[in-house]
Amino acid sequence: MRLTAQESGVNDMSKYDKQVYAKPNQVTPARPAIFNEDLCTGCNACMAACQADVFIPNPVEGKPPIILFPDECYYDGCCVEECPVEGAIRLNHPLMQKVRWKRKATGETFRVK
Amino acid sequence: MSEDSSFIKWPYPILYEQEDVVSSEVLVLGGGIAGCWAAISAARQGASVVLVDKGCVIRSGCGGPGCDHWAWSGDNPASTLDPDQMSHDLMEARSNWTNGITSYINCASGYETLLELEQMGGKIRDTEDEFKGAPFRDESTKMMYAYDYENCTIQRVWGHSFKPALLEELKRLGVKIYERCQATSLLTENGKPGTRVIGATGLNVQTGQFVIFKAKATVMAMAMPTRNWVFSSEHRGVSSFKPIVNSGNGHAMAWRAGATLTNMERSMALLLDGANTYPAYGDGNNNNTWHPCNMVDADGKEIPWVDRDGKEIPDVESRSLPSRLGQEMFLFVPGLGGKSAYESKPPMLLPDIQERVLKGEYKLPLYADLTTMPDDERRVIWGVMVGNESKTKTPILKVYSDAGFDPEQDLLQSYYMLGGSSMMREPGNIRERMIFSGGGGVVVDWNLMTTVDGLFAAGEQIFSTNGHASAATTGRHVGKRMVEYAADVNQAELEREQIEEEKKRIYAPIHRENGVDWKEFNMGSCRIMQNYCSEHKTESLMQMGIDVLDEYEREELPNLFADNPHKLGRTVDVMDIITVNRLILNACMMRKASSAYLNFDRLDYPQKDPPEWHKWLTLKQKNGVIERGELPIDYWGSLKENYEAHSAGKRG
Repeated sequence: MRLTAQESGVNDMSKYDKQVYAKPNQVTPARPAIFNEDLCTGCNACMAACQADVFIPNPVEGKPPIILFPDECYYDGCCVEECPVEGAIRLNHPLMQKVRWKRKATGETFRVK
Repeated sequence: MSEDSSFIKWPYPILYEQEDVVSSEVLVLGGGIAGCWAAISAARQGASVVLVDKGCVIRSGCGGPGCDHWAWSGDNPASTLDPDQMSHDLMEARSNWTNGITSYINCASGYETLLELEQMGGKIRDTEDEFKGAPFRDESTKMMYAYDYENCTIQRVWGHSFKPALLEELKRLGVKIYERCQATSLLTENGKPGTRVIGATGLNVQTGQFVIFKAKATVMAMAMPTRNWVFSSEHRGVSSFKPIVNSGNGHAMAWRAGATLTNMERSMALLLDGANTYPAYGDGNNNNTWHPCNMVDADGKEIPWVDRDGKEIPDVESRSLPSRLGQEMFLFVPGLGGKSAYESKPPMLLPDIQERVLKGEYKLPLYADLTTMPDDERRVIWGVMVGNESKTKTPILKVYSDAGFDPEQDLLQSYYMLGGSSMMREPGNIRERMIFSGGGGVVVDWNLMTTVDGLFAAGEQIFSTNGHASAATTGRHVGKRMVEYAADVNQAELEREQIEEEKKRIYAPIHRENGVDWKEFNMGSCRIMQNYCSEHKTESLMQMGIDVLDEYEREELPNLFADNPHKLGRTVDVMDIITVNRLILNACMMRKASSAYLNFDRLDYPQKDPPEWHKWLTLKQKNGVIERGELPIDYWGSLKENYEAHSAGKRG
């Protein structure tokens, strides 16, 4: 059975009303650390402990710093250690390097999240 | 692009080419472990000290995030080897292909350095009695040892506490710290290479400001170069044990200032810096930290460990003791080719595991079975060592625990013979190489002064020196020697022309709108090394390498561009990386013999380690001309006598 264009919805552009921009690819891995915006106070303590200097302060006061150079991250996690608010920032390993493990009793496998 | 409102304005003031002038008696370039110790030791002698760090002192350097074992403290009370014997054994195990001066300083003052660190607030013993009665703990001192529990040559430490303690001490002593400031060049008397070093220049990587440092004595503590054969920002971050900032700035500026370097021909196949490997120490592996953890195959079949004679070791406990068959001690020193390797050979996982997997004896994937570890070992390894190793505290211990990993129940997967283990070496692409343990650097004397007057070095900046304790002990040693030197010299006038030339060199990339960026240039420079200076070395190939390098410097380097101070810093780094590549190529061409210990293979000179080549080959430059030389393998003379004549204890 063939659907008409109208039936299949391909001509219904209303669901594509979001403006599309000519954006370049992002550098990867793009998210070496992830902020919890509800917890982060924007104190920038993480930034001060980063030897690779991957962060810049957010122009909006109180907001998490911006990870401007995620591709330079060393993943030493010192940003997480300096954070005064538990859970406001977490380290996020690149997907290609998330290690797996196996629970001995059940054989179930898990991975770094 | 700069007009695009989707970009945030650079958050720091732009101060390109604006000058700040700073004077001190002692100038320390590099704020890692070696640099902090050098600054503290000099300041404790009453000198005015300036410390310059490209990153942030609280955590910068390879040892900034932590340290889990403090190696070769021959002066520690439990060690069965005295410094003399330990240093002798280490040298012999490496067929003397190591730095006698820095090795001896480490063996003779490792423990006293550690005690000073404890005074500053570093944690070096099991004060909470968490491991009371454990076989690796000395009950009277509460010190804990690793690897060889009988001889106690290496101490387990809580090194995550070290860098903040050093920073506090620097502040207490009034050391003036310049962070986010990248040293770019050395300033010399009359502006000529080879004359006395009288200061340095720096680039602030947030503002782009130019800082001129004047000093009577200058120490370089900028670690060993990385990113010479392999660079990929998309791959290396989490698996690397060398931060991106280790680009060999010190090696390159020492070269430009006319200092002599040696052993630049030594490199090895990538280990801890693997492009595609898993987080260092973070997958199932048998390397050092993980010795007391069994490895099993996919069906749970245990893989045995063997002693130096290939005899199976019956239990986990015996893996931390010398072989029952007459071995006195073992050194944990991987990758040796030395003549006495047998005497000090450590226990190891079945060395032919790969062949056995191929024969079907063991099934992939392998796992590290933490569940069967003795309780003390599981707690000390997963808790203390993985909790303090540079760098595992957060990336392994915390991240894995947060995701539910339980060392009492779980087996950590190994990527050996799969995607690439973090630590288990397998025959593979040895064209991707790195300078690592025992690599090249500047030549020093017993004061740790280079061949250029007024220029000192510490840590991995010095040839064939490596490790956290070595960085600390050499930094501590050099600080005092610099103060003595500074007392006898005047502050010389800086040469304006030399400063202007340096400004022209480092700011050139900001005046270009586009061209080649630092990452592409870095990767391109690596290709020169992979193609012409790697597994298959010949005279003509390496000459091609130098020709291509000349061409890149002529045609591509002038296209480097940077549109903010951070990228400018990285761009200056890659200019240094190609300079270091030139040193390596030249050093490799000089050595017309292969060498097992140096991991050095020449197709045109295949004979391994002929005795006439058992010597250090040196190189330096003067006005663009390379001067080649050599030094006897033991140019430092009697280790004990010279150490005593120059040691911190005697004269400090």
